[in-house]
Amino acid sequence: MSAIAASRTRQRQNEMARVRKGVSRFLVYILAFASALMFMFPFVWTVSSSLKTAADIMAYPPTLVPSVVQWQNYVTAWTTVEFGPYFRNSVIVTGLALIGQTASALVVAYGFARFRFPTRDALFALCLSTMILPPEVTIIPLFIVFKNIGWIDTLLPLWVPSFFGGGAFSIFLMRQFILAMPFELDEAALIDGASKLRILWDVILPNSKPALATVAVLGFIGHWNEFFGPLIFLNSRENFTIPLGLYTLRTYAGDPGEPKDHLLMAGSVIATAPIVLLFFVAQKYFVQGIVTTGIKG
Amino acid sequence: MASVGGTAAALRAPGSGLRAFREMSPARRSEAIQGFLLISPWIVGFLAFTAYPMIASLYYSFTDYKILGSPIWTGLRNYIYAFSGKPFGTTGDPLFWLSMARTVTWVAITVPLGVLGSLLAAVLLNQGVKGTAFLRTAFFLPSLTPVVAASLLWMWILQPDIGVFNSVLESLTGIRGPKWLNSMEWALPSLAMISLWTAIGGNRMLIFLAGLQGIPAEMYEAARIDGAGAFRQWLHITVPLVSPAIFFNLIIGIIASFRVFAMAFVTTKGGPAYSTYFYALHLYQQAFSSFDMGYGCTLAWILFVIVLIITLVQMKLADRWVYYESLR
Repeated sequence: MSAIAASRTRQRQNEMARVRKGVSRFLVYILAFASALMFMFPFVWTVSSSLKTAADIMAYPPTLVPSVVQWQNYVTAWTTVEFGPYFRNSVIVTGLALIGQTASALVVAYGFARFRFPTRDALFALCLSTMILPPEVTIIPLFIVFKNIGWIDTLLPLWVPSFFGGGAFSIFLMRQFILAMPFELDEAALIDGASKLRILWDVILPNSKPALATVAVLGFIGHWNEFFGPLIFLNSRENFTIPLGLYTLRTYAGDPGEPKDHLLMAGSVIATAPIVLLFFVAQKYFVQGIVTTGIKG
Repeated sequence: MASVGGTAAALRAPGSGLRAFREMSPARRSEAIQGFLLISPWIVGFLAFTAYPMIASLYYSFTDYKILGSPIWTGLRNYIYAFSGKPFGTTGDPLFWLSMARTVTWVAITVPLGVLGSLLAAVLLNQGVKGTAFLRTAFFLPSLTPVVAASLLWMWILQPDIGVFNSVLESLTGIRGPKWLNSMEWALPSLAMISLWTAIGGNRMLIFLAGLQGIPAEMYEAARIDGAGAFRQWLHITVPLVSPAIFFNLIIGIIASFRVFAMAFVTTKGGPAYSTYFYALHLYQQAFSSFDMGYGCTLAWILFVIVLIITLVQMKLADRWVYYESLR
């Protein structure tokens, strides 16, 4: 082939490659857009339904925009099932559990990361292995014990255990982080005569803020959304947390015989909103924490 | 001040057995004592909330223990009762094998689809399309929803007569949608759909995304120069390098999906006609509805052993297909 013909063939090949690339880019955009729609639409629909009147709810085919925006649905949902106490209980449980989880995970992880003692690695392996234990195995005896000490139908079983390490995942996260901290910082403080305990307070703690934030964020979601624990340990409605309270909304919302889905949707938004808000405020801590565990395998 | 001399590496040397305790210098001994003190909250918690309940529930599983009585040792009777129901016998628990079958079906559907879905979502996010941050938020938000809220909102969307799903389906294709959660054939698939919606864009996807971002671009470059098309690049570069993350997500995913409970509890309570009667629902019903605590523990330990065996088998198989870049 002559040089000119060869270069023209190359040009055509490059063009075709570009077109193919453009087409695949376009397909990727379509796919991305369609997926985003699929994942977000239920949320949009929930909010839209929460603002409808009872008549709108029953309309078929359903419309996206309510005829009259009913903000009072939220008030109705809140008062019908006493969301006030549910909110308070969720805040108490989540708040106390968070404090316990972050504080005890930090202390325990410091012990595993910076101290030598016999059986240390075996104990840590044991700690990690608890992550695959299904809670069903322990919940029944725990229920019996709590019943015998009068903790059933109180919030205590939901947050007290968090003060004992805060879970293997949190300990693992904190330990990874502390191990990555240069020992020179500890050394400098040791030379200045600091005890190991002071090092924890003055060196480790200030430098662990990102990891602590991640533990706190993940703990917040876990405890706020928890359903199984409250279901087992709580009996009286005034002690329920929000997920359990939302569940009772199914039975008690609205007048019997009247449609109540708009109230249920309002309740769902109330239950989910705090977490979504937290996400937008603390996005990076979410991603950070989850990523640290998974890839190491 | 002997402890100051330790380097970071020495600090991470493993403890060498209880015998070593006696042979330690005073400084090392005090370090060891301090270490134990620091981890003591975890030790106490482990003994109280993990070890004791595990042993207790193992014991209860061999007893007849109703809530108002004391446990009475009955040996293997609970276990025999569990395994000898329909279709393997007539005197045993009629719902054991049924709930096991429902749960296995659930795992078989949701785990492969879920892991694959999360991987594909991560790949999509990794393309560097404009608006990736918005896309990531859109994918991730469903995983933050409390299970109860997600269940309620999907119950509403899938409402057979006035729900938006059937309405859109009918207006777009003219097909009358099924009764979803109210139908025997569609209830389990409906729950699977809800579960995939919550889980695909969640933590699993973030783990895959991190794995994907760790693959150096030069590898794809080199493969392309050698003439590999997109599919071969996927098969020989992406999948092997992301296999540790796949392995991790498979293990966690299988364990979690064997325990499926809350969604069914809130929406169908195991119905219609036991089509969504999962193992965990059966356990809850036996232990906390009928208050047959002994048998509940039996069911719990059977679940644990199954999950343990599956996990160990997976770990054994991992040598064959999981590729670790740094392992020699």
